[in-house]
Amino acid sequence: IITRTHRRKWQIFPGRNRFYCNGRVMMARQTGVFYLTLVLIMVTSGLFFAFDCPFLASNLTPAIPVIGGVLFVFVLGMLFRASFSDPGVLPRATPDEAADLERQIDGANGPSGPGYRPPPRIREVVINGQTVKLKYCFTCKIFRPPRASHCSLCDNCVERFDHHCPWVGNCVGKRNYRFFYLFVLSLSFLTVFIFAFVITHVILRSNRTGFLSALKDSPVVVCFFSVWSIMGLSGFHTYLISSNQTTNEDIKGSWSTKRAKDNYNPYSYGNILTNCCAALCGILDNLFISSSSLPFLLFSSFSSISLLPPPSLSFLLHLSPSSSLPSISLPFLLFSPSSSLPCLLSSSSSLPPGAAGSLVVRICRSATEQGS
Amino acid sequence: MANTHNMQDLHHQAAVASKVYVQRDYNSGTICRFQTKFPSELESRVDRQQFEETMQTLNNLYAEAEKIGGKSYLEGCLACMTAYTIFLCMETHYEKVLKKIARFIKEQNEKIYAPLGLLLTDPIERGLRVVEITIFEDRSIGSGR
Repeated sequence: IITRTHRRKWQIFPGRNRFYCNGRVMMARQTGVFYLTLVLIMVTSGLFFAFDCPFLASNLTPAIPVIGGVLFVFVLGMLFRASFSDPGVLPRATPDEAADLERQIDGANGPSGPGYRPPPRIREVVINGQTVKLKYCFTCKIFRPPRASHCSLCDNCVERFDHHCPWVGNCVGKRNYRFFYLFVLSLSFLTVFIFAFVITHVILRSNRTGFLSALKDSPVVVCFFSVWSIMGLSGFHTYLISSNQTTNEDIKGSWSTKRAKDNYNPYSYGNILTNCCAALCGILDNLFISSSSLPFLLFSSFSSISLLPPPSLSFLLHLSPSSSLPSISLPFLLFSPSSSLPCLLSSSSSLPPGAAGSLVVRICRSATEQGS
Repeated sequence: MANTHNMQDLHHQAAVASKVYVQRDYNSGTICRFQTKFPSELESRVDRQQFEETMQTLNNLYAEAEKIGGKSYLEGCLACMTAYTIFLCMETHYEKVLKKIARFIKEQNEKIYAPLGLLLTDPIERGLRVVEITIFEDRSIGSGR
């Protein structure tokens, strides 16, 4: 039985995202830290414009608040774009598609005898000479494309998954990575700008009135560590872009030579400029939100797939970084006037490579071979 | 009589016999490319050459959409300088080609596949994961063509 009903896609979205403005805004469930980010940026910039800019504009040049203003607007714009857009969520398989995949997997696997646990499903594909494993996602019921990963916080598979950023309140993936990068980059310029001119203000004032009273007149004391941590993050992402890797791949050491001597990144174009161009100027499309006005067929009877393993097994198969990443992606942004939080960026945690362990039975399937 | 059939008629008159899924071909990397191998379930329904031609054209269109060159670089730089507000007025190159692909699929369905009792679903509706081909039961479609 198929009932045709004109519900928007975002209204029946199975993941854990939240939608606002009639489906135009898509964010993660926990948005508290995002508001904190917003408040921190606005308060610090506000204090800078209110207390330092009048002095600097009159004594140095009025270009300072203008440039600061442009930077501030750009930072907020990129933040909103990174937070509100679809990171590249892969829609879950329709029931028919899932059933078809199950049939193919069972066909390749063979009949299961008594006491034989169905193995996690993996397909191998050769990209640019490097063997890449495509894992089956039990939640979304699809084989994940290369570089995709399942975010356990948002409960979606995301294409070119970088990490889940609580500061931005969203996953960072294919469709919003460039906004995230520009946000971090422009924020580092803004913090350096504010920091430099606050110091200038203090110095200029202390020439007239003495150091301590100058500090009193300039209440914005931007934390030194925060500037470094934001700059560190933008440097890290610049490195990732130039080598065409995601944070996920870098942390797991997917393409590191420590894993295998002839390991290399099959997605890299070989030269830095092309890699940058691909990451920043490649395709940009809001798949999910732009197609939200299309009618969606709601199937009222779902075909039951009884061969699925229990949810606990599916958790093992989700790439573990996504659940431990909040502690890694949180380094920057703390430039509240009195805090002195150190940088938390740790890019060298060793995670177990395929958490599926002894249950893995490889289903090798080249693109041309098909079981008949 | 086949010319007057449209997709709505097919839905109402014919029941869905089965669905065939053409998966992505990741051998060239993450670019969008579908396997061009002819599915065995369609053997009785459509000409192999025709189907492979459709898939090849589709692949070429996606390659065109994702091409990185001078034009996409300029578009990216312009967008960055205007803080991406320029896309309030104009479409990205990718979106333009996606529309072209939608028109192509609609045209293929109307001209070739609907008379054969098949329906191609635009891959964008499935998140560019599969090309879903719905096979309708050969009941109401007349045998004479």
